[in-house]
Amino acid sequence: MHRLTLAEIARGLAAKTFSSEELTGALLARIRQLDPQLNSFITVTDEQALAAARDADARRAAGETGALLGAPIGHKDLFCTDGVLTTCASKILHNFKAPYDATVVAKLKAAGTVTLGKLNMDEFAMGSANESSHYGAVKNPWDLERVPGGSSGGSAAAVAARLLPAATGTDTGGSIRQPAALTNLTGIKPTYGRVSRWGMIAYASSLDQGGPLARTAEDCALLLGAMAGFDPKDSTSVDQPVDDYLAALDKPLAGLRIGLPKEYFGAGLDARIADAVMAVVDALKALGATVRDVSLPNLQHAIPAYYVIAPAEASSNLSRFDGVRFGYRCEDPKDLTDLYKRSRAEGFGEEVKRRIMVGTYALSAGYYDAYYLKAQKIRRLIKNDFVAAFDAVDVILGPTTPNPAWKLGEKGGDPVSAYLEDIYTITANLAGIPGLSMPAGFVDGLPVGVQLLAPYFQEGRLLNVAHQYQQVSDWHTRTPAGF
Amino acid sequence: MQWETVIGLEIHAQLATRSKIFSASATTFGAEPNTQASLVDLGMPGVLPVLNEEAVRMAVTFGLAIEAEIGRRNVFARKNYFYPDLPKGYQTSQMDHPVVGKGFLDITLDDGTVKRIGITRAHLEEDAGKSLHEDFQGMSGIDLNRAGTPLLEIVSEPDIRSAKEAVAYVKAIHALVRYLGICDGNMAEGSLRCDCNVSVRPKGQEAFGTRAEIKNVNSFRFIEKAINHEVQRQIELIEDGGKVVQETRLYDPNKDETRSMRSKEEANDYRYFPCPDLLPVVIEDAFLDTVRASLPELPTEKRERFQSQFGLSAYDASVLSASREMADYFEQVQQACGDAKLAANWVMVELSSLLNREGLEIEQSPVSAGQLGGMILRIKDDTISGKIAKMVFEALAAGEGASADEIIEKKGLKQVTDAGAIEAMLDEVLAANAEQVDQYRAADEAKRGKMFGFFVGQAMKASKGKANPGQVNQLLKKKLEG
Amino acid sequence: MALERSDVEKIAHLARLGLNEAEIPRTTDTLNSILGLVDAMQAVDTDGIEPLAHPLEATQRLRPDAVTEANHRDDYQAIAPAVENGLYLVPKVIE
Repeated sequence: MHRLTLAEIARGLAAKTFSSEELTGALLARIRQLDPQLNSFITVTDEQALAAARDADARRAAGETGALLGAPIGHKDLFCTDGVLTTCASKILHNFKAPYDATVVAKLKAAGTVTLGKLNMDEFAMGSANESSHYGAVKNPWDLERVPGGSSGGSAAAVAARLLPAATGTDTGGSIRQPAALTNLTGIKPTYGRVSRWGMIAYASSLDQGGPLARTAEDCALLLGAMAGFDPKDSTSVDQPVDDYLAALDKPLAGLRIGLPKEYFGAGLDARIADAVMAVVDALKALGATVRDVSLPNLQHAIPAYYVIAPAEASSNLSRFDGVRFGYRCEDPKDLTDLYKRSRAEGFGEEVKRRIMVGTYALSAGYYDAYYLKAQKIRRLIKNDFVAAFDAVDVILGPTTPNPAWKLGEKGGDPVSAYLEDIYTITANLAGIPGLSMPAGFVDGLPVGVQLLAPYFQEGRLLNVAHQYQQVSDWHTRTPAGF
Repeated sequence: MQWETVIGLEIHAQLATRSKIFSASATTFGAEPNTQASLVDLGMPGVLPVLNEEAVRMAVTFGLAIEAEIGRRNVFARKNYFYPDLPKGYQTSQMDHPVVGKGFLDITLDDGTVKRIGITRAHLEEDAGKSLHEDFQGMSGIDLNRAGTPLLEIVSEPDIRSAKEAVAYVKAIHALVRYLGICDGNMAEGSLRCDCNVSVRPKGQEAFGTRAEIKNVNSFRFIEKAINHEVQRQIELIEDGGKVVQETRLYDPNKDETRSMRSKEEANDYRYFPCPDLLPVVIEDAFLDTVRASLPELPTEKRERFQSQFGLSAYDASVLSASREMADYFEQVQQACGDAKLAANWVMVELSSLLNREGLEIEQSPVSAGQLGGMILRIKDDTISGKIAKMVFEALAAGEGASADEIIEKKGLKQVTDAGAIEAMLDEVLAANAEQVDQYRAADEAKRGKMFGFFVGQAMKASKGKANPGQVNQLLKKKLEG
Repeated sequence: MALERSDVEKIAHLARLGLNEAEIPRTTDTLNSILGLVDAMQAVDTDGIEPLAHPLEATQRLRPDAVTEANHRDDYQAIAPAVENGLYLVPKVIE
């Protein structure tokens, strides 16, 4: 049963082949048995899950339908869940039972999903290896000595290991797409403003977007359709109807114009990944797509700009973690400054403190123009690059990451080398456009991904291309040994 | 040396919205601690702000009233600092693109001259909570009910030259925000708070001296005292060879002195940047037109109208337009009696002293505008004299009757205008003072004036003040000299 | 420009992050290596380019002035480190 996709589960539940309670029980057992190897969950909500499953079964018995009614999922542990521990994988929130539901959580609950637990992540979503969690690193089910990517590493590992059919994640610089690529999953970061950020604990407010990780594009379409939509509680949420993503899946690709940005295939890219990506391009051509070169000349400036904007926003967003109203408070503070300094020093991990300090510096008097304002100007250049490229093509295609998953601890001492792994993904966050990663094959037995980018609000197009490719390929069906 | 004082004021006006600027919690004053603090006000992880339309409307209203440029694309920024009453670790405020740009306000000084005070800007921001310092085993208690209440921070140019001018300016702002209905102006509850930037310089010097900022002075009286004290402190300091340091000071009304706030001394770096959770606020033409159309008559307009329509002096017009309630009261009296000058006099003299004595606001006046106007009518038609009117007024204030007419009737205060009756009364007075009559008649013209007054006094006394004074004069003269 | 020890101390203080003596040299090095990466930005010609704060360049939506929040003090304070009489407690605030 654990091998079923969301779409298959929907059919099974509808046909009453199994109940949500049976499925939930089976997956909970599997989590108990296998997750100790992976460490993908921070909290498993057995009781609530079984209750929700029984509730979903009752709703179905009462005549309710709905593709997600009774479908088990997990949430990245930065989505607030009412009454359930929500830690952001940080000691500073080690005791934080959120007093409310994030909009994404509430919408998925209303759709009838069953939440099995809260998934491990990089602390405050800062990282691309899931090694910065207070709750320990997450292992990649394809090779337990390797990282699953991050920051939605727990979501990726759990879905890849078939502990869950799908999970939520968030993507600030690639945190859905990169772990999806490194664990052979499909994941989509929607257009900025498409999914509500209410209750999604902020890392970098102008870049963060929630989205699904699943095994297929079809499952992503199912989940995103339920997650997306206008939310009056989020000022940056866009008041525009949500496309029918499922209906978009079956559109033929004949005439699809694909752009290949030459900058994405330059130095630093593992040649075997380049080959895998080109094989995908060939398959899409065979489905009727046309291909041409495009240029995104400011790609190389994206990392510096990102590592100013994201830490700057984070430095301010994370000021509320001060030991006063919730979360960790140090023992016996001797005065107010001591309360702040020790609660925060003891509560935050190394990478988080590093980014807070970089951001604090970038915003400080005398440096604002040289750092923050400069980075925002570069941000416009990057957006302009995409606007120009999308004049001539419908989607842009390239590798999701320059390398497959690396070994745990390999980049521990050098944050900058880890930052460079984000090169292909962060431009979509800076420009705010949607991006999707899907399985593109294997290098040394490790999964690699291909990334598709589209103009604003063209999530349906991305899911369509990925789904069509998944009709003629089977990478996405491969399962890691032992799972 | 002659010193000149330079003052600039920052006034924080709490806007009278029902809900907070970024959340849907109530803004009611005096609720139980933290019962009006929502997830957003508490700065819980994951929460987001959504801007209150009414706060924007009120800010724009103020901008139009001071003839300022409205920031058609204004931007919220985060001012980052740590303080327990600031739940998010930043205050959402406006920095580079405030909603209200440069404007001005004309104030009337005691001598009746009008002075224009420049207003640099006014911007929207959220209020902080409160730290309560009663002892909780050596801890402070934090109440976040006030956190997120909308504030309009009104920043003046350093155009103010004395404590009296500062008070006049704050009073003018106070009146204006109340006229506009955007702030209740309750200074005791902190609805209107004032920070005073004070410096001194030798008279004639162009450059400003170093300023000290006196925080949170919350009454007109304390503003005057705090500034005067601070000016004196700075002058003495400089004359003793010392230097003013730029710092934040606190006024202690009990000791009547300002003292340095050491806790705020530490140099701050607020790291302002545009709030990424909020988007630029665009003020469309239509919005501006609606606000403009709903503007009430402003104090300056009212003052000018009182001068042109009623022929009042500049001083009287400015006193009577100082608050909306005062102006409304005056106009009601004027309408009831049809005599603006008498109405103005009665409101400014007798009514004001009554209110002062009783410690009441004009809207709590025991004498209604209708009652006062009705009484003035009786002065005009000679039913009572001005002197008797004062008795009638006191009786109205004491609630001894529903109207002036009722009191005049009940107390028999109606003026005697019957010439025969007056003459008979005068004959009695003259008969009783025969000696003085002889002296009068023997005196020369120059001495008669003072002596004549004696007879008038005696006559009024004899009539218990009810005889018509004009007739008394006329008939008396005839009898004495005739 | 490279950060010095005193810069790092100042930044940590602004961010209210306690730093051990022993951590300062390593933190200084790491921050300098990140700023080295970031400084590559300075070479980019951005003359005449408007900064971009939000990808979609939308404008702020305004909320009607209505009170819809009820009192949830007990729920919210159940997760607080220290409260008394409905107040959050902190070490004495000195004015």
